[in-house]
Amino acid sequence: MHFSKDHEWVQFDGDIATVGITKFAADALGDVVFVETPDAGKTVSKGDSFAVVESVKAASDVYAPVSGEVIEGNAALASAPETVNADPEGEGWFAKIKVSDASTDGLMDRAAYDAFLATL
Amino acid sequence: MTDEILKTTPLNAAHRALGARMVGFGGYDMPVQYEGVLAEHRWTREHAGLFDVSHMGQCKITGEDATAQFERFVPGDYAILKAGRQKYSLLLNAEGGIMDDLMAGRPDHDGLYVVVNAGNKDADFAFLKANLSGDAKLTVLADRALIAIQGPEAAEVMAAHEPLLAEMGFMDCARLMLFGCDCFISRSGYTGEDGYEISVPADQAERVWTTILKDARVKPIGLGARDSLRLEAGLPLHGHDIDPSTSPVEGALTFALSKSRKERADFNGAARILKELADGPSRVRVGLSVKEGAPAREGAEIADMDGKVIGNVTSGGPSPTLGRNIAMGYVPPEFADLGTELKVIVRGRPAAAEVVAMPFVAQRYYRKPKA
Repeated sequence: MHFSKDHEWVQFDGDIATVGITKFAADALGDVVFVETPDAGKTVSKGDSFAVVESVKAASDVYAPVSGEVIEGNAALASAPETVNADPEGEGWFAKIKVSDASTDGLMDRAAYDAFLATL
Repeated sequence: MTDEILKTTPLNAAHRALGARMVGFGGYDMPVQYEGVLAEHRWTREHAGLFDVSHMGQCKITGEDATAQFERFVPGDYAILKAGRQKYSLLLNAEGGIMDDLMAGRPDHDGLYVVVNAGNKDADFAFLKANLSGDAKLTVLADRALIAIQGPEAAEVMAAHEPLLAEMGFMDCARLMLFGCDCFISRSGYTGEDGYEISVPADQAERVWTTILKDARVKPIGLGARDSLRLEAGLPLHGHDIDPSTSPVEGALTFALSKSRKERADFNGAARILKELADGPSRVRVGLSVKEGAPAREGAEIADMDGKVIGNVTSGGPSPTLGRNIAMGYVPPEFADLGTELKVIVRGRPAAAEVVAMPFVAQRYYRKPKA
């Protein structure tokens, strides 16, 4: 698993990247009450806002950590947004994106991300 | 915000010790949540929540002319307000706009005790000091903290400390020794629940806070849940749902206009307010049930069924009690009838909404049986 400075995670399986928000991000948001994930077919570019996650207090953009075409948004989050708090780096995934380039350039591994969190 | 030097309440260290997440609000470093907004919200609705609201402004207005001078700027009848009672009111500008909303009461026999919003207190106190004439004198009670306890178990919790408090009804107030110190207390709040607001000397605040929290029925509640609780109760938040451009008629706060004061028309902005009462305002605050999609928050547009934008949401979010999204906002009166179908536009997407009665969640204030 790799991580962005915006607190998204990416898990590559060949050219399919599963993406979501990190436990740190989920904890910082607090109780997630609404998630808007992208529809299949949507093209996203690294750094674009591609999903929205809402706590009781506020709505936050989620930025794509990779570029590609969405093949699936996690529809289960519509009825169970709290999954993002319960299992942010597993069942709480946001989307699966077919990437043209499975490089991890600009992303951090777990150790680097933990070190980055320690600086915040 | 990050450059702002935040003030602290006398309970700041207590919040940090409880693991609160702190944010800037009204110029103060305040707890937004302890264990989580939803859990705190539900705890308050089911048990008793303890809130630090020491950022709010407290003052006394005293002197022979205190009531008459205060009444120039508020539309409530304070001349007939008995000792031991308080009343919600609105501080009005010359145009009838709401500079702030407030509670003013007679907890003792020495003038009026007034509580105003944190973000407005400096302006409110400066305005009143500059405009109160005769011998009316405003004294800021800067050395006091304010603690609210709210929820269905609040009365039992407080009665264990002072049985007399059970005798108070909604909007009763008193000045008495509680926890061994000189307190102002009222049976009121900002959640729609029964409960009290207790003004304590700043140097006693942490002791009182900790003492009340020892009761297993009580948990500390942050500003996040305070906001979702007051939204469910249909209570406006100044600076969002009402502001200096909004009149009491537009703000759906006509209950704060005392009959005698309307007849005398002798308060700031009376001309506009009476005209709006007679002819109707151009917009009015309504409650909305958002029936699909994302929460509609402050700033979201409200449209009619033809898609024409007719107003804006001023507060909104999920209602933990109802399990759906609710909002309040302004629409022209012809769209304000209960049951009117509207749209709220969130991130460019229209979602079905309906005008519903406020409060969204029934208020549970304690009203004393008539003797």
